Amino acid sequence: MKFTEEHEWLRPEGDLIVVGITEHASEQLGDVVFVELPEADTTVSKDDEVAVIESVKAASDILAPLDGEIVEVNEAIVANPGLVNEDPMGDAWFFKMKIEDPSALDDFMDEGEYKDFIG
Amino acid sequence: MAELKRTCLYDLHVELGAKMVPFAGYDMPVQYPLGVMKEHLHCRAAAGLFDVSHMGQVLLTPLDGDVASAAAALETLVPQAILGLKEGRQRYALFTDAAGGILDDLMVANRGDHLFLVVNAACKEADIAHLRAHLSDRCRVEEITDRALLALQGPAAEAALSALVPGAAEMTFMDVLVTDSDWGALWISRSGYTGEDGYEISVPEAQAEAFARALLAGDTVEPIGLGARDSLRLEAGLCLYGNDIDTTTSPVEAALEWAIQKARRTGGAREGGFPGAARVLDELETGATRRRIGLLPDGRAPMRAGTEIFAAAEGGAPIGAVTSGAFGPSIEGPMSMGYVDIAHAADGTELFGEVRGKRLPARVVPMPFRPSTYKR
Repeated sequence: MKFTEEHEWLRPEGDLIVVGITEHASEQLGDVVFVELPEADTTVSKDDEVAVIESVKAASDILAPLDGEIVEVNEAIVANPGLVNEDPMGDAWFFKMKIEDPSALDDFMDEGEYKDFIG
Repeated sequence: MAELKRTCLYDLHVELGAKMVPFAGYDMPVQYPLGVMKEHLHCRAAAGLFDVSHMGQVLLTPLDGDVASAAAALETLVPQAILGLKEGRQRYALFTDAAGGILDDLMVANRGDHLFLVVNAACKEADIAHLRAHLSDRCRVEEITDRALLALQGPAAEAALSALVPGAAEMTFMDVLVTDSDWGALWISRSGYTGEDGYEISVPEAQAEAFARALLAGDTVEPIGLGARDSLRLEAGLCLYGNDIDTTTSPVEAALEWAIQKARRTGGAREGGFPGAARVLDELETGATRRRIGLLPDGRAPMRAGTEIFAAAEGGAPIGAVTSGAFGPSIEGPMSMGYVDIAHAADGTELFGEVRGKRLPARVVPMPFRPSTYKR
């Protein structure tokens, strides 16, 4: 599993990557009350604002971590935004995407580096 | 930047695991480990304890010893009937400016031989200067700096306070009581800012932490931070000064007519005589051109402060804006309040809030969003 500086995690799954937000991010956000996801089959560029997450405190954007295509989104977190607080690293994944260059994953932090990053 | 001030309960907040944030010049708890949502729901289901010691506590004592003199003096600064306020009772009031805008909102209690005022933290210095500038010939204006202020709110508040302080249960909404206790003299009002039954309690600083611990010792009372305080007051349809009301909003625009008694209106026994009276009395008769409304989004996306409001799904200029918006844990959905042109302010009107470039439908609704449970 890899981690971005925007507090997203990226988990390879076959030729796809699954994207979610980290436990640290969900704790910082507080209770999540609203999630807006992109349409499946959307082509995105790195750093595009592809999803929105609103907590009791504020709205935050979820950025596309890499160039690619969103192939599946997790409607469960739209129906039950609280899942993002309950299981951010598991059931509350946001979307799956097909990335153009799998080797680009190597540029992201591993778990140890992410732990250092969040201090 | 000036150093943040701390209330005398700061150490207790930290011990209880609060996340502290700057608010009105104070380092205040925004949430405890329970989190905003659960704190909100706990307050509605049982009871919540809030530190509101950052708010201003002010005694207004008449120089001639007659509380009516202080009441008459204060009536020159607010559009409320203070002379009509009976001993042992409290009333919501507004300081207005010469243009009819709102300088602050406050509580005024008649305590027999003087008045007791509670004002907003961010406005307290200006309020006290305003009181001194205009009332010093008739009143002594004394800021209380050695007392904490706690709010105990929710259906279990009565039982929790009564267990410690006899007489609390007999009070009704907006009653005030000064009583001796194990924690020194308590100044209690049956009021608050959550829409719940409950109390605000002024306690000497030296005993405040022990008193707070005694309240928290019961299994019904949890500490509640500013985060939940905001969603609670918004569900109750109550204005946050600086967001929903300020010097650019008049009492009638803010839909606060209910807070202006007949005696101060046109034809009343003490008509006008407060700053901005010409505008306020005129608007009471003919209405204002815009109005504060409740707005309930059809969807799940919160429409937060600053969201522009439109009359149609496409085209046209904004007809207003949201001043407070959040998710309401008890109503299980988003809610907003804001100002719109009077032509679009009727209950049931469909309007659109522009969120991230998209106009989302919403409906004008009466407030509160959740029925209040004051003990009348």
